[in-house]
Amino acid sequence: MSAATAFPPRPQPGAPRPYSFPHFERRTLGNGMTLIVAPSHKLPVVSAIAVIEAGAVCDPVGREGLAALTAAMLPEGTASLDGEALALRFERLGASVTTGADWDVATAGLTVTRPHLESALALFADMLTAPSFPSRELERLKAERMAELLQLRTEPRGLADEMMSRFIYAPESRYARPEGGTPSSVAAIEARDAGELYSARYRAGGTTLVIAGDVTVDDATRLAKDAFRGWSGGAPSPVRTVDAPTAAPRGVHIIAKADAPQSEIRVAHVGIPRMHPDYFRVVVMNAVLGGLFSSRINLNLRERNAFTYGAHSEFEWRRGAGPFVVSTAVASEVTAAAAREILAEVDRIREEPISDEELTLATSYLSGVFPIRYETTSAIATAIANLVLYGLEDSYFDSYRSKIQSVTAKDVLEAARRHLDPGRLRLTVVGDATKIREPLEELGAGPVVAYDTEGTVIG
Amino acid sequence: MQIPIETFRLPNGLFVTLSEDHTAPIVAVNLWYHVGSANEREGLTGFAHLFEHMLFQGSEHVGTNEHFETIQRAGGTLNGSTWLERTNYFETVPSNHLESILWLEADRMGYLLPGMTQQKLDLQRDVVKNERRWSMDNQPYGSWWEKLPALCFPSSHPFHHSLIGSMEDLSAASLEDVATFFRTYYTPDNAVLSIAGDFDPEQARAAVERYFGPIPRGPGKPPLRDMSLPPVLGERLRETVQDDVALSRVFLAFRSPVFGSDEYYAASACAAILGMRRGSRLYRNLVREQQLAQDAGAFTYDLAKGADLLVLDVTARPGVRSDELERAIEAEVDRLREEGVSAEEVERAQALIESDFIRGMQLAGERADQLSKFATFFGEPRLVNEQLERYRAVRPADVDAFARARLGENNRASLIYVPRVAADVEEAVAAGAGA
Repeated sequence: MSAATAFPPRPQPGAPRPYSFPHFERRTLGNGMTLIVAPSHKLPVVSAIAVIEAGAVCDPVGREGLAALTAAMLPEGTASLDGEALALRFERLGASVTTGADWDVATAGLTVTRPHLESALALFADMLTAPSFPSRELERLKAERMAELLQLRTEPRGLADEMMSRFIYAPESRYARPEGGTPSSVAAIEARDAGELYSARYRAGGTTLVIAGDVTVDDATRLAKDAFRGWSGGAPSPVRTVDAPTAAPRGVHIIAKADAPQSEIRVAHVGIPRMHPDYFRVVVMNAVLGGLFSSRINLNLRERNAFTYGAHSEFEWRRGAGPFVVSTAVASEVTAAAAREILAEVDRIREEPISDEELTLATSYLSGVFPIRYETTSAIATAIANLVLYGLEDSYFDSYRSKIQSVTAKDVLEAARRHLDPGRLRLTVVGDATKIREPLEELGAGPVVAYDTEGTVIG
Repeated sequence: MQIPIETFRLPNGLFVTLSEDHTAPIVAVNLWYHVGSANEREGLTGFAHLFEHMLFQGSEHVGTNEHFETIQRAGGTLNGSTWLERTNYFETVPSNHLESILWLEADRMGYLLPGMTQQKLDLQRDVVKNERRWSMDNQPYGSWWEKLPALCFPSSHPFHHSLIGSMEDLSAASLEDVATFFRTYYTPDNAVLSIAGDFDPEQARAAVERYFGPIPRGPGKPPLRDMSLPPVLGERLRETVQDDVALSRVFLAFRSPVFGSDEYYAASACAAILGMRRGSRLYRNLVREQQLAQDAGAFTYDLAKGADLLVLDVTARPGVRSDELERAIEAEVDRLREEGVSAEEVERAQALIESDFIRGMQLAGERADQLSKFATFFGEPRLVNEQLERYRAVRPADVDAFARARLGENNRASLIYVPRVAADVEEAVAAGAGA
């Protein structure tokens, strides 16, 4: 009724205010450990991350899961404190501590308020340099991992991710088996395995400690020197895994889950290593294809077809070639239709150049969101830890945005042609086989094989 | 830790809170509408959440998908969420885009309906049905979101019914329902707008006045049904669900004091003592010592009206029966009630709560959300600066008093998940079919 015509026109953004990633400095401690400190004084909080050359690629064959278990054992006891006492000490300081192993490295993280930094860092160092690996706790963590694996059989998302990796990599690749190991490989791990992995690879020389937050370089250096003074050891030799794709012919893999109301779909092949010269082109290309809400795959599957709550694509970055994977979950009836749309989007981005609008959406998003990614001390520390992990230059953050903005539509097309290979894309679908099998057979993406949730062929 | 806070109210009732922080060139905008699933009418469960989806579908001056695209093009992040008592919409963007964000939010507050079509509603209805399948129907234990409030709140209570809604109700929602809901609840006098981060307060205020000022006040919203509840459930409630899960899991819930009350802070400390991290009682005794549990946690819903829920959430080890696990959890609760808590336990809880709070407040988006929360529930965003003091004021005697009053047998509700296969076996054994 009332005239709602007075709404003002859309405002134009002003000039962006300058931003630089927090300045950081490197130090080498007397024991060979590298220290990187990034002062950032917004709130009285400090985060630390230790990067250790002890990721899942170090797992011995048949004992997959050892690196993860070794990292998980760090807070389970030291020479002077048992696991419970250590947890209580940390928690009374309000400190939050995590340990874990990803594919390439193990990491230990700490976040604590500034007044408690000194005490917490001393405990953190005790945990990293003098773990006791009590066998009772090792057996408990192994049992917990077994239970997790059992749970995974009923959890469609995790199951789809795990099975996808198994199907796309060569069987001898470490990447073909879960980071945390399988029931048989975890069962084979003994306490002395963890001790041996620790002695071989948790060494001052190969470790970088990143400290970010409300602390000066000098104070952080003094605290780190003091806390880690008893540690020693030279850098362990690097470990590489086979990251070759499977030689098996292309196919569609159904993991049968009776009465599943939805299908979890993964469309994947082996991608490229993080340090590939096409990295920035591939990042922009993926942002157009499926990395964002407003990307082609989500607009197609969610906003045009209402097949799903969400769909996205990703290049998972590792030192070796991680997977390229498109992930979504759709109702059983539209499983094949959704898979067809995904394959069509991969074809399309290889056939014709993306529009200017699409290019600028991707590049302006990626460069604009850059400061928003580093609001917290733990995000800053993690970003620097990634520099260490991949051996990137210290100037990496300063040139990130200009490198993103220099990517052209032609670069994107070339990157898509080089790094997306429709003929190699394999489908993994966790769903109701009785409803989805026939339509998937008509997809033309290779023969359909059905498995049970353990991965055994059932038909 | 204190953050700077300014407030003002527009003549149309919109309450605005501002908190400056210039450490990075980014700004967060956060809008809370004081409407959630509790405001839904019978037969329209899930509507508040479905409506949230519609707010991303364009308005009079913004095309379909343009809202998302505009913000992503700016280099911003965005989303919305629906809860029992409120719905929020939030963005974090490079600070030079603040005005565009205010413009976008004002357009969908003032001029949504010209952008609505039956086709958009049908599409988002299907998206929400897929969200339901993804988050609940095809997830182990996923139905707890729906079953726990249903078990703990009486059927007449606004918190009883499903937030994401039933498939039938979602199908029944009409474009007319969208229009009515919008006119009733999405009005400036039923909203709080918060801005946190790198902005100039004078300019921000002028922009808010320019874009939100012309939007007319709403007609007033219908009162909620009576929310008040006795302090305890009054009986021992229990529901067992056979599900496609590998491990049994027990949710043990207690009716607890509403968010913001003095007793709430004692309840939070109690929850942390029982279930927060590895130094908590449930972890130390059930996970580490007895090895009955795979994992243990505790949380509160933080409901500000009627009653809150404190929930213990424990997953069994394989082979551990759900009744055995439930007894072990209750034994810990009983022991806490009988013996009380120690000063060290309360201090541990306070230290963890405090550092989590400070860590969260590093994010502009979290600051803006906290400001909106306290402004919406209590009319006073400055309460955010008193939170740490209120947690710190809790003494062991307060936790003990809370436990005595609220953790007794007459205030327990168990939602128990058991693996379908194990349930079949147990039944078969009970029926004597084992031979």
